[in-house]
Amino acid sequence: MNANLFIYTLHLADNALMLAQRNAEWTGHGPVLEQDIAITNISLDLLGQARNLYQYAGSLYNNFTEDEKSQVDKYIPKLWKQYNRELQEDDLAFLRNENQYLNLLITELPRVDWAQTVLRQFFFSAFQFYLYPRLQNTNNQQLSAIAEKSIKEVAYHLKWSAEWVIRLGDGTEESNERIKNALTDQWVFTGEMFVPAQFDLIDVSLLKEDWDKKIESVFAEATLRIPKQTWMQSGGKQGKHTEHLGYLLAEMQYMQRTYPNSVW
Amino acid sequence: MEILKDVKDPEVPVLSVLDLGIIRSVNIEDDKINIVITPTYSGCPAMDVIAMDIRLKLIEKGYRDVFIEHQLSPAWTTDWMSEEGKRKLKAFGIAPPNPKQQFCSSEMFRQEAVQCPHCNSYHSELISQFGSTACKAMYRCLDCKEAFDYFKCH
Repeated sequence: MNANLFIYTLHLADNALMLAQRNAEWTGHGPVLEQDIAITNISLDLLGQARNLYQYAGSLYNNFTEDEKSQVDKYIPKLWKQYNRELQEDDLAFLRNENQYLNLLITELPRVDWAQTVLRQFFFSAFQFYLYPRLQNTNNQQLSAIAEKSIKEVAYHLKWSAEWVIRLGDGTEESNERIKNALTDQWVFTGEMFVPAQFDLIDVSLLKEDWDKKIESVFAEATLRIPKQTWMQSGGKQGKHTEHLGYLLAEMQYMQRTYPNSVW
Repeated sequence: MEILKDVKDPEVPVLSVLDLGIIRSVNIEDDKINIVITPTYSGCPAMDVIAMDIRLKLIEKGYRDVFIEHQLSPAWTTDWMSEEGKRKLKAFGIAPPNPKQQFCSSEMFRQEAVQCPHCNSYHSELISQFGSTACKAMYRCLDCKEAFDYFKCH
């Protein structure tokens, strides 16, 4: 039970961290200054969520019995074991290997262009928007508090990204084509959000109905159609990732791996 | 409590931590001070600085045994900002947050009526939901033509 809680917390944290990292890649590259600031603000909110979750995961682990520790050992960074100190948030974020991350695949996909970025944000924010209220109602005090805090931010992300999906979908020929391409690329990665894993604290399959409704209503305004294809890609929650995650980690982990324990 | 009035938000230096409403409790036992603070936004980088500033200010006044605890729930809301804080914000050129219940909306393309801190006109428009810090949005006054920051309700 405790092992599952630790793994589930890592899964939530990894989702937030990967998308924070992808969105942060827009720093200085946004289409206009205001939107450059918007997407990096969203990145910062997600990074904050990730920090709260990794801190909690770290404190869970540090209070584990030896038996519990051995149950989650495959998620613990090897390099940290040489440090001889308590497990901290940065160890979990920066020292794990690719197959130790449990994020949804959609969060690690490259940012590509603005259409891909806002569509992915919309899919993911809608998922968080329905997940967090349920998490807030669980009897785990800390996860409930993190969800309560984060949901207010997610409401902003959802509003912002939905408006952009409509703007691009119902915009020019060029913007419509780009968001359609994004949809073709990404749809196959949306199914994974609703497939329960053994460690899930929330039955994610129950979120799908609300999520579908939200997507449909925004797509109707955006003149977009939900693709017919039904086969869905999965693997992130089992640590099986796309080829993109390795590159993301190489960049994100560079400092902590080259200069272990370096601080700002 | 008087001492905490001198600890300012590093991003919005006219506001003290008391004005912001992020101090949830202060407990003094003999020489020990236990302060509970709550973050404004999950990723707000000012929070670490604020915790440090509180500690430094108290040490400066001779209180060495300071424990600062971070608490997430209940989640911070701009409704906890003091009236004095709202006045200070406006004088500083930042539109203070509207009361949450009446005006906040997550409906798409809906805009709040925000009063321009310079000319008091409500004839303003949203430039961006996100501004220079996590807590602010950017607006433009359509009467005096000035762009301004709005401390968004949260």
